[in-house]
Amino acid sequence: MLLSADDLQAIWLTLRLAGIVTAILLVIGTPVAWWLAQTRSRWKGPISAVVALPLVLPPSVLGFYLLLALGPSGWIGQLTQSLGIGLLPFTFWGLVVASVFYSFPFMVQPVQNAFEALGERPLEVAATLRASPLDTFFTVALPLALPGFLTAGILTFAHTVGEFGVVLMIGGNIPEITRVVSVQIYDHVEAMEYADAHRLAAVMLIFSFLVLLALYVWQHRGQRRT
Amino acid sequence: MKPMRYFALMLTLLAVSAVAPAAEIQVAVAANFTAPMKEIAAAFEKETGHHIKAAYGATGKFYAQIQNGAPFEILLAADDIAPAKLIAEGNAVAGSQFTYAIGKLVLWSAQPNLVDDQGKVLETGNFKKIALANPKAAPYGAAAVALLTDLGLLKTLQPKFVTGENISQTHQFISTGNAELGFVALSQVMTDGKLTTGSAWVIPTNRYAPIRQDAVLLNSGKEDPAALALLNYLKSDAAQALIRKFGYDL
Repeated sequence: MLLSADDLQAIWLTLRLAGIVTAILLVIGTPVAWWLAQTRSRWKGPISAVVALPLVLPPSVLGFYLLLALGPSGWIGQLTQSLGIGLLPFTFWGLVVASVFYSFPFMVQPVQNAFEALGERPLEVAATLRASPLDTFFTVALPLALPGFLTAGILTFAHTVGEFGVVLMIGGNIPEITRVVSVQIYDHVEAMEYADAHRLAAVMLIFSFLVLLALYVWQHRGQRRT
Repeated sequence: MKPMRYFALMLTLLAVSAVAPAAEIQVAVAANFTAPMKEIAAAFEKETGHHIKAAYGATGKFYAQIQNGAPFEILLAADDIAPAKLIAEGNAVAGSQFTYAIGKLVLWSAQPNLVDDQGKVLETGNFKKIALANPKAAPYGAAAVALLTDLGLLKTLQPKFVTGENISQTHQFISTGNAELGFVALSQVMTDGKLTTGSAWVIPTNRYAPIRQDAVLLNSGKEDPAALALLNYLKSDAAQALIRKFGYDL
């Protein structure tokens, strides 16, 4: 076997993290995207800006604030402690929370674009057929926006797999719990184990390329059909 | 100022600048040596007019960067292995390696009464997380693991480990309270011979192999008199007194 047991563990952990984060963001991100696509509120601008923040913020800023907020004197830390969950840094669920923040725009923006591309017509037609707003959302908007969801899901998953800075800052590099692939590679490099670093880095490179290739080939086909 | 004296001053300044033109020295510095390096750099710059550009980080990372052509002229490592390897691989000047400080390990907590001066807290285990630097890459992490092995506590405490990428991050985990305690370099929590905050157990130096921190002149600094001057300055009494003040041995 090319990869060591530790490497495989890191890969499995990373896939699990990315899967859970994508699932959570599908649930949280969809209503936000829907609201942003539909609203005429003056809050649309500020909320959109907040959603996009992780795209431009360096991971060190996000990691630093998360470390403070999730810590014993931070507001999230005090909340989790009073709920009996304990502190989140250095735990798998801490990484999940951090990644949900970090990957938020990757879910919201493609879904919002898909909702906006629907236009008002299908929704109006549904309304004249006496569909309730909730009914319209699930039977009209969701199926039509499905390609947007697929793009968002893939990007969120891949982006979480590629996360490094935030995980490094709040993860504490614990095997099986917070040592994801990117951190494991960094570890190999730091320990001067360059051959191990190469193997795992190559896996990452090929994986990322294949994911993006699949996404673009599929999008291209979709465009030709329409 | 009288013309004659002004003239003399100008002449002296000219002479000084002719002997040692102010230069910029790029130095890679082990994270644990950040605080002393800042003071040493300030004193050195005042004395020589040279300017030090210091990068602080993990020695393993610097090693990889230097191997791949990073423009550092001097490495102040956190161990004696990286400098020796750099010399052996032809990336550093043979014969230039020397120990500029011997690091001391401390068990530290940001809370005032958590750590006793015998380290009994390690046995009572009255904490959720204990931070240390990555033992694979950082000598302070390796020393901590050696100590815990010696105490027979490695197995019981391992589930509580959180490891920092370097000793600075380890310190950050503890100072933000996310880990209640952990192993850091004495230099990080001590100024002027006193503990700055929290509680600590300065681990007796016979409990772990000495953390020799070696300096080495890298190939790109070979011809630079300013880099040589800095290495000599590190060996000076003034610099060594300052290094001791931060809790290093020499």
